[in-house]
Amino acid sequence: MTLHRWRNLVNTLMFGVTAACALATVCVLFWILGFLLWNGGKSLNLAFFTQLPKPPGETGGGMANAIIGSAQIVLIASLMGIPIGFLGGIYLAEFGRGAFPFVVRYTADLLNGVPSIVMGLFAYSIVVRPMHHFSALAGGVALSVILIPTTIRTTEQFLRAVPQTLREGALALGANKWKAIVTVVVPAAMRGVATGMILGVARIAGESAPLLFTSFGNQYWGRSLGQPTASLPVMIFTYAISPYADWHREAWAAGLVLLAVMLLLNISARLVLSPGAPRN
Amino acid sequence: MHKMMGTLERSTIAGPPAPPNPGAAAERVQPKLKISQLNFFYGAYQALHAVDLEIASNRITALIGPSGCGKSTFLRVLNRMHETVRGARVTGEVFLDNEDALAMDVSKLRRRVGMVFQKPNPFPKSIFENVAYGLRVNGAPGGTRMKDAVEHSLRRAALWDEVKDKLHKSAYDLSGGQQQRLCIARGLAVDPEVLLLDEPSSALDPIATAKIEELVFHLKENCTIVIVTHNMQQAARIADDTGFFLLGKLIEFDKTETIFKNPAKKETEDYITGRFG
Repeated sequence: MTLHRWRNLVNTLMFGVTAACALATVCVLFWILGFLLWNGGKSLNLAFFTQLPKPPGETGGGMANAIIGSAQIVLIASLMGIPIGFLGGIYLAEFGRGAFPFVVRYTADLLNGVPSIVMGLFAYSIVVRPMHHFSALAGGVALSVILIPTTIRTTEQFLRAVPQTLREGALALGANKWKAIVTVVVPAAMRGVATGMILGVARIAGESAPLLFTSFGNQYWGRSLGQPTASLPVMIFTYAISPYADWHREAWAAGLVLLAVMLLLNISARLVLSPGAPRN
Repeated sequence: MHKMMGTLERSTIAGPPAPPNPGAAAERVQPKLKISQLNFFYGAYQALHAVDLEIASNRITALIGPSGCGKSTFLRVLNRMHETVRGARVTGEVFLDNEDALAMDVSKLRRRVGMVFQKPNPFPKSIFENVAYGLRVNGAPGGTRMKDAVEHSLRRAALWDEVKDKLHKSAYDLSGGQQQRLCIARGLAVDPEVLLLDEPSSALDPIATAKIEELVFHLKENCTIVIVTHNMQQAARIADDTGFFLLGKLIEFDKTETIFKNPAKKETEDYITGRFG
C-alpha cells in the first residue's frame, strides 16, 4: 500500500468516526425527546395545569401547585441571585484589579463546579434549620447560590467584550466612570448579559437535588413562601419512584412541561442575542 | 523658546482676539493651552521627554511624527484620558487658559477639552441620543432646547442634512465617515473650548476624509483644534501650526508652512522628505 493510499484511508476512517459520534449525540437527544413527547404527550391534559395532585389510588389530577411552586421558587432565587451576580459582574469587569477580584473570580468558578445537592445542604443548614421547616424561601436560597456564580461570570465576560473606545468616548464627554458604565457600557452589553441571565434561570428551573430538602414538596397549595412547596423537578422525582402507574404518567407529563419551559427560555435567550433584535 | 515665535506672531496678526491676560505684556497673546516640561511615563518607560508647547487659540495645531513617537500620548494628556491607563504617570504642567488642567476636576476639564478618537466610536444608541449624551451627562434638561442643541451640533458637524430624517435610527446604521462626523457632533454638543482629534480620518476613505478636513477647518472659528495625524499632507492642508515629535521629544514646532518648506531641524526635514518614518 502506498503512503498516499494509506493517508486517504486514515482520512476517510477518521471522518467516519467523528461523524458517527456526532450522529450518536443527536440520536440520544432525539431519543430522549421522543420518549418525553410520546409518554408525556399521552398524559398531558388540561387537568395537569389546573388541578391539585390526587391521592394514590385515584386517577387524574394535576400538578398546578407544583407549576406555581416552581415559579415562586425560581422567582425568589432570581430576585436574590440576579442582582448580586449582575452587580458583582460589573465590579469584576470594571473595577476588578488585584488580589480580591482574583479570589472572587476563582470562587465563582469553584462554586460553579460544586454539585447542586451541596447547595441544598447549605440552604438546609442556614434556612431550614433555623426556621424549623421546609419552605419555598429555602429552595429559593439554594437555587440562588447556583445562579450567582453563573450570572457574575457571564456578566463580567459580556462587559469585558465592550470595546474600550466606548468607555473612553463617554469619559471624554465628562462622564465619570460609574455614569459611563450605567449609560454606555451596560446598555452595550445588555443583550449578552440578559442572555446569560435567562440561561442561568433556565438551569436552576430544572434543578431537583437542591430542592429535595429545602422546599421539599407539598400535595396541596402552599399557603405562604414559608411553607413546604411543591416544584416540578421534585414532583418528577417523587412520582417516578412511586409504585403507582398513574403517578408515572404524571411524571412524564411534568417532564414534558419542564422541557417545554427550558426550550422556551433557550429560544428567548437566542432571540435576545440575535442580530435582528431591536437595538437600544 | 524660539519654536514658539511663529505661533505667537501669527496669532497676533491673524488670530481672533484671545482672552485678555493681565499678567502678560500687551503684545503677547495668551495661549489656549500651555504645556511646560511635560514628562510621561508608562510604568518605568518614559514616553514623553520635557515637552514644552503653547497652543494658540482658534487655530488648528497638527502633531506629526512616526508611529510610537508619543504624539497620541501627548494628546491624551491634554484632557487627561491617560488616567484610564494603569501605570501612566505625568510630571510637568498643563495650563488651560490660566487654570491648572492637571489639578482641576477631570470631568470639568473633559467638558472643556473634548476628544474625537481614531476609530469612530458611536454609542449603541440612536443618532439623537449620541449627540445628546454629553448634555445629559452634564445634567441638561430634555425638551425643545435639547432638540435645538442636537440640531445645532449636527449642523456644525456638517451631518444634519444626511441624518435629519433618521435621528432616532441607530448610529450604527451610518457609514464610517458619517459615524466619525457624528462623534465630532457629539463632542461639539457640550461646546468645548478645545477639540482634540486623534487621527480622526485614518480609518476612513479619501472622500470621507475630505469631508472631515473641511469640517475641522471651519470648526476653528469657535474652537481650538489639536489634531494628531500620520498623514503629512493632511497636516499641510489644514493646520496653521505643526509640531514634529520623534522618540518622545518635540523636535520642532512652528507655522505649518515653515515646518514643511523650511524646517529648522535636520530630523524634521528627513521626516518630511520621507527619508524615514
